[in-house]
Amino acid sequence: MKNTVVAIAIMGMGVSFAQAQEVVKIGGVAPLTGNISHLGKDLENGSRMALEEANAQGIEIGGKKVKFEFIGEDDQADPRVGTTVAQRLVDQDVKGIVGHLNSGTSIPASRIYDQAGIPMISPASTNPTFTQQGFAGVFRTIANDIQQGTAIGQFSVEKLGAKKLAIIDDRTAYGQGLADETEKAAKAAGAEVVAREFTSNNATDFNAILTKIRAANPDVIFFGGMDAQGGPMLRQLKQLGISAKFITGDGGCSPEMIRLAGDGINENVYCSMPGVPLAKMPGAAAFLERYKARFNADVQVYSPYAYDAANALVKAMQAAGSTDPAKYTPEIKKLNFPGVTGTVSFDDKGDIRGGAVTVYQFKGGDWSAM
Amino acid sequence: METLLQQLINGLTIGSVYALVALGYTMVYGILGLINFAHGDLVMVGALSALQTMMFLMGVAPGMSPIAMLTLALLVAMPVCMMLGFTMERLAYRRLRNAPRLAPLITAIGMSFLLQTIAMILWGRSYHTFPQLISTTPLQPIAGVFITPVQIAILITSALIMVALILLVTRTRVGRAMRATAENHKVASLMGVDTNAVIAMTFVVGAALAAVAGVMFASNYGIAHYGMGFMPGLKAFTAAVLGGIGNLGGAMLGGITLGLVESFGAGYIEDLSFGFLNSSYQDIFAFIILGLVLIFRPTGLLGERVSDRA
Amino acid sequence: MNELVAAVPWLGRRNPMAARWLIIVLALAAPLIAMMFGRSWVRVLDFALLYMMLALGLNVVVGFAGLLDLGYIAFYAVGAYTFAFLASPHFGVHWPFWAVLPLGAAFAALAGIALGFPVLRLRGDYLAIVTLGFGEIIRIFMNNLNYPINITNGPQGINMIDPIVLFGWDLSRTLKIGDFTINSLYLYYYFFLLCVAGSILLIQRLQISRIGRAWAAMRDDELAAKAIGINIRNMKLLAFSLGATFGGVAGCLFGAFQGFVSPESFSLMESIAVLTMVVFGGMGNIAGAVVGALVLALLPEVLRDIAVPIQQMLFDRVLLDPEVLRMLLLSLAMILMMLLRPVGLIPAKARYAHPEHLPRKKEARP
Repeated sequence: MKNTVVAIAIMGMGVSFAQAQEVVKIGGVAPLTGNISHLGKDLENGSRMALEEANAQGIEIGGKKVKFEFIGEDDQADPRVGTTVAQRLVDQDVKGIVGHLNSGTSIPASRIYDQAGIPMISPASTNPTFTQQGFAGVFRTIANDIQQGTAIGQFSVEKLGAKKLAIIDDRTAYGQGLADETEKAAKAAGAEVVAREFTSNNATDFNAILTKIRAANPDVIFFGGMDAQGGPMLRQLKQLGISAKFITGDGGCSPEMIRLAGDGINENVYCSMPGVPLAKMPGAAAFLERYKARFNADVQVYSPYAYDAANALVKAMQAAGSTDPAKYTPEIKKLNFPGVTGTVSFDDKGDIRGGAVTVYQFKGGDWSAM
Repeated sequence: METLLQQLINGLTIGSVYALVALGYTMVYGILGLINFAHGDLVMVGALSALQTMMFLMGVAPGMSPIAMLTLALLVAMPVCMMLGFTMERLAYRRLRNAPRLAPLITAIGMSFLLQTIAMILWGRSYHTFPQLISTTPLQPIAGVFITPVQIAILITSALIMVALILLVTRTRVGRAMRATAENHKVASLMGVDTNAVIAMTFVVGAALAAVAGVMFASNYGIAHYGMGFMPGLKAFTAAVLGGIGNLGGAMLGGITLGLVESFGAGYIEDLSFGFLNSSYQDIFAFIILGLVLIFRPTGLLGERVSDRA
Repeated sequence: MNELVAAVPWLGRRNPMAARWLIIVLALAAPLIAMMFGRSWVRVLDFALLYMMLALGLNVVVGFAGLLDLGYIAFYAVGAYTFAFLASPHFGVHWPFWAVLPLGAAFAALAGIALGFPVLRLRGDYLAIVTLGFGEIIRIFMNNLNYPINITNGPQGINMIDPIVLFGWDLSRTLKIGDFTINSLYLYYYFFLLCVAGSILLIQRLQISRIGRAWAAMRDDELAAKAIGINIRNMKLLAFSLGATFGGVAGCLFGAFQGFVSPESFSLMESIAVLTMVVFGGMGNIAGAVVGALVLALLPEVLRDIAVPIQQMLFDRVLLDPEVLRMLLLSLAMILMMLLRPVGLIPAKARYAHPEHLPRKKEARP
């Protein structure tokens, strides 16, 4: 009996020696503390899951079996901490980065990754300038503010028939960027912006600005910000007797938004998401199930994009037959594969090509694609 | 006109929540000269422990009437906060009473972070929906002006609590002891007042108010979160200083004033400043008002002249 | 420096000369030691030096002059934004570092005076809350001044800020001398070290000058100080503006080092962090500010490395994420430090009277 155990143990060791797995480290960065930490965790989970699945499949790169190791870091949504953890990941010899979440941390961190020659794919930073810095290894799997804002602005005017539009943003780089682009597109399409109001990303009371908006009597209200503010804002809209249509971007296109809005959400509420609707993508339903089973949580916003971003790194490595960033980074540009958020392929700058944006309407208790 | 009245209602509602929180600040400050930064986080603890109770009750007795459920939730949230307030005072602040003045302030800031972190461990990072047991369907007393039953409940509850508190401080033995202690610890204790007990009592009462404020806040907006207390706490402290710190009436006046300023400010500043300023400055109205009041009247609106207090 | 020397355990008292050399050698060798653990530690040290400068500046206001300032980070922001305005593509101006640095310092000093004037009459906690408000006001203006006219680029921040260039020598590039290369992080380290050393010398001279003694007198008893003919108003304004100057310089360095500034970097939490460094190290004491900044800037980074392995060793699994643990330990550190050793790691010498030796003013009230 004892001998058998020893024998198995020796065999086990033998197997692991024989394979001589190469460990490939992939860094994942998002704010895991602070007021958007739930979205940060969501992002981290997405990339973690992609790598775990790649390991389970037993991927070979350049004829060698590799094992991916996920290294998660918290950037606290703070630019300074963002650069520090970027440097940490570089030191730990990661081969690629999935992150960061906020454009404000992605931009300073990208400089450090660029100096180290490591590619980064952000699944969440939508600020246009992020990919316009001229860094060869900077990509994103999410449509930028211009792509999304234009889509929202046009949709509001053409499909929702907005003549008078009210715009609110949360004074974050994301909210303000998206709101500005939406405003431009809506004006270009012929709508009038009757109110431009502002709140903050830790506010809960919007009564004052909503009352002001009510006086301007808009047909459609656009909010650039996250679900944690959007949900309560919908409740307050109802409490103030405002019945204008409401549309928001990807930050508010989550199950969390529906949960937080309570009875304030109805069929007048729309949200936009970059990419193709999950329901239409092959394998997306399975993705949602696996996610739920693995993390015991619902997909919020960024995990599908993070999942695609991590897969993009893996696929580029496979294509190059190497895990060396210098060798596989050019391959990222050539990628073209079906991800869970749509076809993943990048343009010259590193933005996601096509950048389809889907608008969802709240219907029957969930977001349904229009 | 509807807009004006509506902003008045908005301002009064948020103002009365500020006022309740400010009362806790001002009582502690009046008696100890300590900015209890963690007071705002007691608001959060109150809201989240009430939420926990409600979830539990909905599990065991789904048919329970909303009012009974709310009352029970309050009956749990208040003692939780009171215990917490008592513990903070006993374990930390009491030992620092004779320390250099920065020490209790830093401790209080640390305490605030500690509470937030523990709440984050216990209740997670995400925002929670808070059951709105009192209806939020708006009523229209005047055409175009909306007010919800929750808002009415908040206004009435806070008015009642304020009256009760004033009675407690002015008419009871405990209240007299509090005032004596605030005036001068040593003399009060020479007069036979158990100052330690009185200070502990102040913390406990303040914490109970914070719990009520937390439940009101969460009921009104329908959400609760581990970081929800910090900013309202800070603004409530500003309100307390605005009204004249250490003065109960001042805290109420300050709270209501601040609520109104924020509400009217966000609503009208753009027109008043010819488009240069706008509602993005809503969060600093509190501080600007505070600065102005303190420059022209350093003791706050209702404060008495406090000599060389550092 | 003398205070730092005296703070060296054991050696400081016995052989000050050796202790002095030890500090100098340690300061010079620090990045080389840090490099053994990875380049990120050199970056952490760079930031620790910036925090040291902030702590030294805040120590002038809080420790020397006894003015409790909870909005100190505003001056850091003024410095960083001045640099960003004058040396980045944002306005298309690229002034040289030497021209912008004094301007950043001057603007910060002006902001210090702007804050100082209205709060001259305020004391203690009133002062704390108004300065806190000032810090928030500055941050919110930075965040919002992109509309209707774009001045600060709002929440998007300002990117591609010029690096520090000293006499045509770009610190952000790896230096090559023959086959030998020196990474940019080292260059910044030594430059920042030079700045901190300069600040220490300056502040040390200041502390024992007439001004420093006047501050000490004012801090310990304002009325008595007034009675012996100290111009309280000027001394307060001087404390605010001199303290702010260091914040402004540190801000300029930060902007250039990071290459990107946005309002998120100047939150209330940062003000509190710097204040904690000063208090943690020991108020009114140069060595305290230096050590406090060093310890508290390094602690979170060390935690990132050791939190998970230690928990796995002790409990066989990870109970708390490192980031939660970091918050937990920092808050506990703040509380316990104040309870157990309120004078800080390195107490200020009682060469001039310090408030901690006095009874609380509350009881002294008539």
